[in-house]
Amino acid sequence: MSITSVHEATTAPTAPGQRGEGHAAPRVSARASAWRHRLVTALFIGPAVLYMLLFFGYPVVQNVIMGFQHYTITTFFTGEAPWAGWSNYTEVLTSPLFRTAAANTVIFTVGSILGQFLCGLGLALFFRRRFPLSGALRSLILLPWLIPLIVASAVWKWLLDTDAGALNRVLIGSGLVESGIPWLSSTGLALFTVIMVNIWIGIPFNAVILHGGLQTIPQELYEAGSIDGTSRWQAFRHITWPMLRPVVSVVLVLGVVYTLKVLDIILGLTEGGPANATQTLATQAYQLSFATFDFGQGAAVSNILILISLLFAAVYLRLNRRPVDE
Amino acid sequence: MSRRTHHHAQQGRAGSSRHDGGPRAGLKALGLRSPGLTPSRPASSGLTRRSLLSAGIFAPAAALLSSCGDTGRTPADTLRVMDSYSNDPDYGIIGEALQQAADTVGVKLQRVAVSGQSLIQRVLQQGSSGTLPDILMLDNPDLQQIAATTALRSFDELGIPTAGYHDGVLDAGTYDGQVYGVVPTVNTIALFCRTAMFEDAGLDYPRTWEELRRCATDLTQGTRYGIAFCGNATYEGTWQFLPFFWSNGGDERHIGTPEAAEALGLLSDLVQEGSASSSVLNWGQADVKDQFVAGRAAMMINGPWQLPELSGLEDLDYEIVELPVRDSAQRSVAPLGGEAWTVPATGDRDKEELAAAVLTEFLSDSSVLSMAEQRFTVPGRPGLTAEFLRRRPEMDTFTDLIPDARARTAQLGEDWPTTASALYTAVQLAVSGQATPAEALHRAEEYV
Repeated sequence: MSITSVHEATTAPTAPGQRGEGHAAPRVSARASAWRHRLVTALFIGPAVLYMLLFFGYPVVQNVIMGFQHYTITTFFTGEAPWAGWSNYTEVLTSPLFRTAAANTVIFTVGSILGQFLCGLGLALFFRRRFPLSGALRSLILLPWLIPLIVASAVWKWLLDTDAGALNRVLIGSGLVESGIPWLSSTGLALFTVIMVNIWIGIPFNAVILHGGLQTIPQELYEAGSIDGTSRWQAFRHITWPMLRPVVSVVLVLGVVYTLKVLDIILGLTEGGPANATQTLATQAYQLSFATFDFGQGAAVSNILILISLLFAAVYLRLNRRPVDE
Repeated sequence: MSRRTHHHAQQGRAGSSRHDGGPRAGLKALGLRSPGLTPSRPASSGLTRRSLLSAGIFAPAAALLSSCGDTGRTPADTLRVMDSYSNDPDYGIIGEALQQAADTVGVKLQRVAVSGQSLIQRVLQQGSSGTLPDILMLDNPDLQQIAATTALRSFDELGIPTAGYHDGVLDAGTYDGQVYGVVPTVNTIALFCRTAMFEDAGLDYPRTWEELRRCATDLTQGTRYGIAFCGNATYEGTWQFLPFFWSNGGDERHIGTPEAAEALGLLSDLVQEGSASSSVLNWGQADVKDQFVAGRAAMMINGPWQLPELSGLEDLDYEIVELPVRDSAQRSVAPLGGEAWTVPATGDRDKEELAAAVLTEFLSDSSVLSMAEQRFTVPGRPGLTAEFLRRRPEMDTFTDLIPDARARTAQLGEDWPTTASALYTAVQLAVSGQATPAEALHRAEEYV
């Protein structure tokens, strides 16, 4: 409303000749300017809305529809996708694989987030101090992020090989273990190993954002604290942590959303094996769609995944809004 | 589509650092500029801005649309070819054979070679947009699925000769009684044995499972395993299990049989007894070859496509024998591998005829023999075997196997992929020790 009045005030003087031609004129110009204002607004919002609809709305809607269709290879050629109702969902949800994949997804996500966050926080706190080469080292943390995920997983697969992998060579050489540990080929260890690799990849994201958050905490608070004789732990507990909380919640929620849908690392390391030990909802969706070409069921699984991600996205939006409200 | 979401996942991860700095910087920029912007502009310049803006939005879209229409159109004397021989030497060998065939017919070729993994996705995209090439290569187990969509032309209708091929080749290329593609040169898998290691241990090459197990145990020493094979959670794992499964009387229509369990038991025993690394659960066939070359495995299961690389290595002496069978009275049944060539139904009758003419030349005796010789693959027609063996005597084990080799889609046709996933699941369950072979097959059957 306030902007509209500014508009009237500025546009009215620009048309002085109209004023004497009857009292209907100002109202027309007011209406015209309101209309123009609405048009300008639409033009500003338009491209963004168009973009969202085209590149986010359309695929999501398509995916939801696909989940209710018998969408197979034939559909690509004939365009026929018979309506399947809920049958894709019942098939997927009752398949023995779904429960394994769902449980693995939870373990993978919780494990990855915990590890990434704790390591990231530790590194962020460490790099808050200034010391020689701290800048160079801090940028080195970003390295895992600069490597394409598929390359990273290929290299890790080499390093973690049971017999010839570098990690086991070191462990055997130093006398810590007798024979190679089957990091990726044991059903009990594979998920743990995949989580470790994913933590390695996720640390930069956590460290960088948390480090940014730490920078915004005023130094005066710590100075005041030190006058009161706080210990280092008390300073963290009562100054750093409360001040960092908004950033922490954002990091955690975004982390959950990213981790839920991790696909390339798992495919690169284990292909979901051994014996489905590292199968998650994301890999299951991929394999249904692109290995067995049952696009309908694949879409059903990814819709479930989208739904879970959306829940966390809603949490994220709430958390993000609160600081503005306050 | 789900793939797009996953891609997005990756980009989202990489882009999130930018995202974090973004809103604050963006807000600041807006907050600084907006007061001065809105009020003082005269109406006329608003109009220009508007038209400029819309032009800016729509121009790229228009360009995109118009360029889309053009890509599908090639001159009448040019045929589009797509295959997945994207690496040399195969890329060059196939390209040369195609070129010769095209020269004989008198047409030009526009060839695209994509990676094996993305071929089917490309075919699906092109199928839905009506831009399929005039000549298309497909991996033979995929052929029936694509043929089932009515995307391919029948060879009989086009007049491409289909006589004189091995039964397995025709099984792979036939859907609903019609031949939709043939494999010019085929391959399969066999047992590669390091000669020196066998001599040192005083062993003969194994012919039965019992002998295989004994050899594998005896040859396991220090950092060296007796045998390496591929048992990973992909179709490659299925492919390597099939010879044992089939030779012992396994049937892909009912996988939970005692015969199948015996075959699976062999693989899981090899790992459980320590004659093979548990890493077979993650190895692809290329990894298996690496283990063999590095001397970390005395035997490996692999195919002739490794020969160009193996024959280039100086001090690597090996012998290739048929994969062992349980009972020496059984015949070794090998799975048939190789890529089929097809003519997609593009709707352009003239080009379909030209494509048929090119493929007829491409599948001629001299062309097939030349490809077979250069690529260490066996001609798909038994009539060419004698001449092939004269040129490549070291391929005798494979030429012996091919007449009985079985197409993966011979029984199940377009339903093969589901059973193929069930089979590798069973391999993974049994080899990892999660289930006994019989249980593993039973549990895997639930996926079918």
